[in-house]
Amino acid sequence: MNDTQYNYKVVRQFAVMTVIWGIVGMLVGVIIAAQLAWPALNFDIPFLTYGRLRPLHTNAVIFAFGGSALFATSYYAVQRTCHTRLFGGPLAAFTFWGWQLIIVLAAVTLPLGFTTGKEYAELEWPIDILIAVVWVSYAIVFFGTLATRKVKHIYVANWFFGAFILTVALLHIVNSIESPAGFLKSYSAYAGVQDAMVQWWYGHNAVGFFLTAGFLGMMYYFVPKQAGRPVYSYRLSIVHFWALIFTYMWAGPHHLHYTALPDWAQSLGMVFSLILLAPSWGGMINGIMTLSGAWHKLRTDPILKFLIVSLSFYGMSTFEGPMMSIKTVNALSHYTDWTVGHVHSGALGWVAMISVGSLYYLIPRLFGRSEMYSVKAITLHFWTTTIGIVLYIASMWIAGVMQGLMWRAVNDDGTLTYTFVESVKATYPYYVIRLTGGVLVLSGMFVMLWNVVKTIGAGKAVEATIPAVSAGSGFDAPAHAH
Amino acid sequence: MSDFVDGFWNLYIAGISIVSIIGCAVLLTMQHQKRIPGQAVGTTGHEWDEDLAEYNNALPKWWMWLFWITIVFALLYLALYPGLGTFKGMLGWSSTGQYKAEQASADTQYGPVFAKYGAMEIPAIAKDPQGRAMGERLFLTYCSQCHGSDARGAKGYPNLADGDWLYGGDPAVILASIMEWRNGVMPPMGAAVGGPDGVKELANYVLSLSGSTHDAKLAEAGKAKFAVCAACHGPEAKGNPQLGAPNLTDKTWLYGGSLATISETIDKGRANRMPAHKDFLGPERSRILAAYVWGLSGTQVAPK
Repeated sequence: MNDTQYNYKVVRQFAVMTVIWGIVGMLVGVIIAAQLAWPALNFDIPFLTYGRLRPLHTNAVIFAFGGSALFATSYYAVQRTCHTRLFGGPLAAFTFWGWQLIIVLAAVTLPLGFTTGKEYAELEWPIDILIAVVWVSYAIVFFGTLATRKVKHIYVANWFFGAFILTVALLHIVNSIESPAGFLKSYSAYAGVQDAMVQWWYGHNAVGFFLTAGFLGMMYYFVPKQAGRPVYSYRLSIVHFWALIFTYMWAGPHHLHYTALPDWAQSLGMVFSLILLAPSWGGMINGIMTLSGAWHKLRTDPILKFLIVSLSFYGMSTFEGPMMSIKTVNALSHYTDWTVGHVHSGALGWVAMISVGSLYYLIPRLFGRSEMYSVKAITLHFWTTTIGIVLYIASMWIAGVMQGLMWRAVNDDGTLTYTFVESVKATYPYYVIRLTGGVLVLSGMFVMLWNVVKTIGAGKAVEATIPAVSAGSGFDAPAHAH
Repeated sequence: MSDFVDGFWNLYIAGISIVSIIGCAVLLTMQHQKRIPGQAVGTTGHEWDEDLAEYNNALPKWWMWLFWITIVFALLYLALYPGLGTFKGMLGWSSTGQYKAEQASADTQYGPVFAKYGAMEIPAIAKDPQGRAMGERLFLTYCSQCHGSDARGAKGYPNLADGDWLYGGDPAVILASIMEWRNGVMPPMGAAVGGPDGVKELANYVLSLSGSTHDAKLAEAGKAKFAVCAACHGPEAKGNPQLGAPNLTDKTWLYGGSLATISETIDKGRANRMPAHKDFLGPERSRILAAYVWGLSGTQVAPK
């Protein structure tokens, strides 16, 4: 290990696995989307049934694909913006192998039916403990690197990465407190409505910190880098950072509107979800406005297209989220496919696109090349993804609103106009359109895999030397004139 | 409110909520900065990783307005609706209250539609086209989840359209099945009939009762074991509507008529329940439903 060089090896490992897990997770998504249109596709085999594959899909795309992307980009960004090698020596490698082991264990236990039944926290207690150990190691590496930085100021991307790492540790540990009842069976420490509230406090902040704050950290590094422009507003990043991390914590109860959760908790969940709109949009503004003065680059640079379109989807879904948290809107949207469309406009539009854009920036640099093997293939990937996502979310919006309206329609005598199965039947064409969108997104990932393999084949793994501390770093330059 | 075990938690929730919302406003005010027209915006002077820097642009005005609007909305909402601890809100709204109000308004609106059927005989309702149509809609809303949209049932859920009844097909009995509950329990008989071999023999005998394909030798051996079944199913295996014990001689099966399924039924028993709908649907709607279900078997309703 060489203290004069950045640790690129762990970044490379996570970056390559991001592509692999992206394909695996999205492939499972395509399979279960097909099962919703044609239920016979589970072939009556227990481990191929929707109920077992759905948690496999969500775990694979969020924690395997998204998680690996966050590890890769946060490790890359934190070293380079702290001008120091990753802290903790072999601990970074431990987080890589530990995280991959967790993913493999999830891929085995979930199809076999081992689950806690808590959404996005399905993994059983031995795996939960492993996650906690790996995550705390991640925190030591990340915050250790921050603590040993060679520049005075902490770059904004690291605020977001730091908040994401700290909060996910807290969320995971509190929500996973459970009493083992065997090697792969446990019961939650909470009961009834308290369990539901803890679960959705976790669930919504998994969205808020894993899928939002973490990826905003990614955005704050890769957007200004790829655009070659300074971040739009330091002031805006302060306000939206503190408001975002503070307000997200409150929003969980909007998943439990019109349930046994007390009214006061539902109201608080709703109003803080609405307050969350402006802080969320702060990130979008800061990202997109970073491009001001360089808009022309969008025409030719497919990586910027990925990054900027991801911010547009981010803005759209963070507008949609607060709207859906309003009780009267939620009364229509809850339990329908509108929710599924909303989640995917965030998960595919924001999370996947910002990750893919960042990886297209990152991978050539990790393998000693100035750009990907084929820039045209990036453009192709961009369009298959964008069209796929639009098909996906538009079909789910229509399906969701239609379901909500069908479920509440009543006849003159107060009976329901439609039975549930009629709403399922009416959704069929939209399930097929959604599947088409999913196939497009997945096919783009295969294009990416090909491009990554070619790029790695044409290049070779490189290390980068840590530069001497520059004048703008603040340690040796007390005054700045502008 | 039972969720506040003492006065402290009320203050805790209300206090932390208000301080949090005000906190957002304070943060926004602190970072507000007047734009100076014509003056170029500089960077903060910090620099990372060769070329990363930050401009110090002022907060966009429209964005600040958006933030302020949500803050004001939050405060107004929490003044009007429950949210701040035990404070019930100035409108006195509650989800329970909303549910009760909606139910009362539905009763007022739909009550008269059903009222006239309360006094009608069930066969008369079944002959009434409007009554039948309404019965079908009620059935699709409340019964189809288990008995199927066509009322032909599923494994464990009786077919209501085949003229075969567990508890009897009399209108009054059907009404009772809907309003009260039915608990269809057969105890596990595996041990009582002599283990797996006994179960196999008895199952073949049960198959022979309806003339279904069976092993005659095994059935013969199982015949004597049927004595323990006769208590409920009757010596001739014709069933007992008083208990809801099925007729075993008619090839109509609730759980399936294969050797494997019958063996499973004998060995492990069956437990099934139809919930009571009396409190939920009320007498009029139950009556309309009973008429619809009664009419499904066809022959009872002679066209006039």
